[in-house]
Amino acid sequence: MRFGIVVTEGPYTHQASDSAYRFTKAALEKGHEIFRVFFYNDGVNNATRFAVPPQDDRNLQVLWSELAEKHKLDLVVCIAAAPRRGILDADEAKRQGKDGNNIAPGFLISGLGQLIEAGIQSDRLVMFGD
Amino acid sequence: MSTLHTVNKSPFERPSLKTCLDHVVQGDAILLIEDAVVGARKGGAFAEALSHKQASCSIYVLAPDLAARGIKAEDIAEGIALVDYGGFVDLAAGKARVCAWL
Repeated sequence: MRFGIVVTEGPYTHQASDSAYRFTKAALEKGHEIFRVFFYNDGVNNATRFAVPPQDDRNLQVLWSELAEKHKLDLVVCIAAAPRRGILDADEAKRQGKDGNNIAPGFLISGLGQLIEAGIQSDRLVMFGD
Repeated sequence: MSTLHTVNKSPFERPSLKTCLDHVVQGDAILLIEDAVVGARKGGAFAEALSHKQASCSIYVLAPDLAARGIKAEDIAEGIALVDYGGFVDLAAGKARVCAWL
């Protein structure tokens, strides 16, 4: 079965990103396909590679990047939500005249159309948020 | 066309569990995750409403979130089943859609 995942909360806020990560991992382990994970609203904060949680804590941003690399996941960050929260890829940083970018490996900044497409193409859309 | 309803906030903090209970129909399933698991406690304020709903739909609680809050399986209201993340995936796949009461 093909799942689409939506995350609307940042890491270390409550539990949404942890729940979404563990659901995604469990679905993959069961042989399901993840069509896309869409990060919306504060969920875009999962996509920075500059997060440095304490060493004894999980690093959610790294966990998402590693899962994406292992399973070739499509991690999409909303372009309306990301720049206003300081999440920029190289193109956006250049366009906005910023001196650097912070997008984590495996994440891609794109539009809300990607969420609509995930809703159409997935058998189930599962949402995690606040 | 049955639905899996997920509730993630404590019913003492937000009205989402109550709203969910008002909207479920015959054959649906409810899964309590994150802070919502406290609503499943035996003898708690929501135990009766949940057991009343079991006549028409099945109710589940996410075991890892229960364990994280120090709530034991025997402290859960009767008839509510425990599932792990794999069980969550199975429930989502088994219903026609998933509705998150955020």
